[in-house]
Amino acid sequence: MNFHRNHWLLLGTIFFGFIGLAFIIAILPAQWMQSNTAPLPQAKPLSDLEQRGLEVYIAEGCVACHTQQVRPLPMDSPWGRPAAAADYALLGPMDIWRPYSPAVLGSARTGPDLSNVGARQSSETWQYLHLYNPRSVVKDSIMPAYPWLFEPATGVEGDAPVMTVPEAYAPKGGKVVPTPQGQALVAYLLALRQIPIEGAGSMAKASTTKNSQAGGSTKSGPGDDASAKGATLYANNCASCHQANGQGLPGTFPPLAGNAVVLAEDPSEHIDTILHGAQGRTIDGTEYASPMPGFADQLDDDQVAAIINHERTSWGNDAPTVTAEDVAGRREAGGK
Amino acid sequence: MVNPASLLPASRSAVVAKAAVEVAPDRDTAATRLIYAYLGSATFWLLVGTLVGAYLGLKFATPDIDHIPWLSYGRLRPVHTNTVFWGWASLAMIALALYVVPKTSRRPLHSLPLAWVSLGLINAAVLVGDLLLMSGVNNGGQEYREYIWPVQGVFALGVILVTYNMIRTIVGRAIEEIYISNWYIMGGFLWTVALMVIAYVPFYQQTGISETVIQGFYMHMGVGMWFTPMVLGLTYYFLPKLLNKPIYSYSLGVLAFWTQMVFYSMIGAHHFIFAPTPWWLQTVAIIFSVGMIVTLAAGTGNFLMTMKGSFRTVARSYSLPFILVGVIAYFLFSLQGTFEAFRSLNRVWHFTNFTIAHSHLTMYGFVVFLIWGGIYGLVPRLTGREPSHFLAGVHFWFAFVGVAIYTIALMVGGTMQGMSWIAGDAFIDSVTMMAPFWLWRALGGGLMFLSHLIFAYNLWCMRPSPHERRRPLEAQEAMA
Repeated sequence: MNFHRNHWLLLGTIFFGFIGLAFIIAILPAQWMQSNTAPLPQAKPLSDLEQRGLEVYIAEGCVACHTQQVRPLPMDSPWGRPAAAADYALLGPMDIWRPYSPAVLGSARTGPDLSNVGARQSSETWQYLHLYNPRSVVKDSIMPAYPWLFEPATGVEGDAPVMTVPEAYAPKGGKVVPTPQGQALVAYLLALRQIPIEGAGSMAKASTTKNSQAGGSTKSGPGDDASAKGATLYANNCASCHQANGQGLPGTFPPLAGNAVVLAEDPSEHIDTILHGAQGRTIDGTEYASPMPGFADQLDDDQVAAIINHERTSWGNDAPTVTAEDVAGRREAGGK
Repeated sequence: MVNPASLLPASRSAVVAKAAVEVAPDRDTAATRLIYAYLGSATFWLLVGTLVGAYLGLKFATPDIDHIPWLSYGRLRPVHTNTVFWGWASLAMIALALYVVPKTSRRPLHSLPLAWVSLGLINAAVLVGDLLLMSGVNNGGQEYREYIWPVQGVFALGVILVTYNMIRTIVGRAIEEIYISNWYIMGGFLWTVALMVIAYVPFYQQTGISETVIQGFYMHMGVGMWFTPMVLGLTYYFLPKLLNKPIYSYSLGVLAFWTQMVFYSMIGAHHFIFAPTPWWLQTVAIIFSVGMIVTLAAGTGNFLMTMKGSFRTVARSYSLPFILVGVIAYFLFSLQGTFEAFRSLNRVWHFTNFTIAHSHLTMYGFVVFLIWGGIYGLVPRLTGREPSHFLAGVHFWFAFVGVAIYTIALMVGGTMQGMSWIAGDAFIDSVTMMAPFWLWRALGGGLMFLSHLIFAYNLWCMRPSPHERRRPLEAQEAMA
């Protein structure tokens, strides 16, 4: 028994010892997770189109900058509820060259977490413009542009949506249509919606505690905090379309500065729009075709009120503010 | 060679005169050509990989610099990491091991042709793997597992053949004991062979979260069970050799070796703290991350105690300063990794640019500096040709200052990113806030790349010459 002289003893211990440790710490836990993780009952597998979108997501290396991993920490609450193992249970092997589940959890948050991006940014138009050139909708973004997922519009596109790109970023002709790959990627992104697991045990409890902690910490501060919170919520949820300066994107996303609904004495329509979304409205003579998502499921009354008050008191707007109770009242009244 | 100190009075000397290497070319010129071919390939990949890295750094400041799919950030990032991992650092370590293992076994390498085959396989894997990554074909995996299995299989085959070559060399050694260097080096080879098989066998990683368990294990062991033991093993040879004195404590090296194997294997899950992987797995990983302090202290202490009393020799050498920096970086930044595993600090630093700083401090400050120390220590003695002492110094300082600027900027910026998220600021604020730090990073990265160009030139100056090959044996080998 001498490691210094007996080479087979030394090499064998090194090799098989490590394999033994690997079984304890990696292979068996992985095997156990694989056979004991069921998807949530409401979870649907990705459609063929969405699956092709996942393949584009992997091919383009989106995982280099985007996580899909919400941690059970208050700081992660903007991205959704804490991730559960079940959320990833339906991800499976991609093909013969990639016979394992794709690694979507990520390791860097250079860009936002995407676990719930389909709910947070459900506007297809926004997703397309953002992919064509992120800076066309988010001025300070450093994300790469993906113009190769688009073609110039020819007028005979069939079903593919035609996008009018803001002038500074537009190609010749100004209009583009997504390629099948581009459409698949956006379909995948829009399918990234967390399934609520309220009341499903400890995880749901963690989720509510976390939310109240996050809300509580901002509420308990001095008076300035309310407006700071409104500004942050606006930046995280609204600014990507309506822009930080409230001017929107001409012809695509309406401005909120000087907007009649925002300035109205009666806030009902303003509250309803944020809770339930809108589509096809004509504002100042311009018809806005792309739909706005509702936020009733993602924001609580307090948060909606903070956003509304931010919108009503910024960019030269000066309209009466609302309270969480007002929002609760409209929420009771239900959607249209 | 002009000795700078001979031109200036000693009191005004700006640089310490470097000691020239006694020219005593190795007798085995075929082995020298093999080692030099490995180092040449490695250096080619270093230039490619870090040019890509510097370009990626630039993209943070100018995201619209190009709109070419093959050069887009998401596709190029794994090209950078895989090229410097598998192309540069791996080939360079193997090159040095191809010298150290036969030397300490007192016999020639088992098979030179087999080693050439390995070199071809590894080069082919990195070339094809990179082109596939740029064309959008990747493994769907995270860090260091981006090559698809047929490519990584070719790489693994190359490593398996070297491993076999080394085992046969050690088994047929002309000396009774297996020197401690070979423990570490064979650990590196055998663990990596096992690791690549474990990482690419699909049966236990078919759903999202099981794949994550394997990924955490793999990405950590890829660094800690390949690069770490390899360069430590090489340093256990080169440090005493270059100082011309024995290692401080042989038993400390043995202790560090076994704790490395047992502790390091357990800590992969600390890459997914707060992820929905099993909580016990994360806790085990954190505990053993603390245990690693034993390994670190034993290893670094051993090297520093060996250097104690010889710092004049270190200052007069152009290879030993690289080793000194590598040894200190090994301790400091592995310890940094332990701290990053603590849940309280992980919540600040995880997902931020701090982790990018950490990976450069360890892979570059620790691993690559030790590799450079080995190369400058070995190659002049193999080929009988030295690089310019001045340019070796420029290489050292550009690389050192470059990586310092790079990592300090990202550590400060990364911490501020984490604080911004904790404070609940809008996400985009954490992006705009980083802009100056990313500029500093690009500057540091540029300096690092410049130092690599100088290193490539230095390596060219150290090339084996056909003339030397025919020279009769010198009386004594410097490295015998």
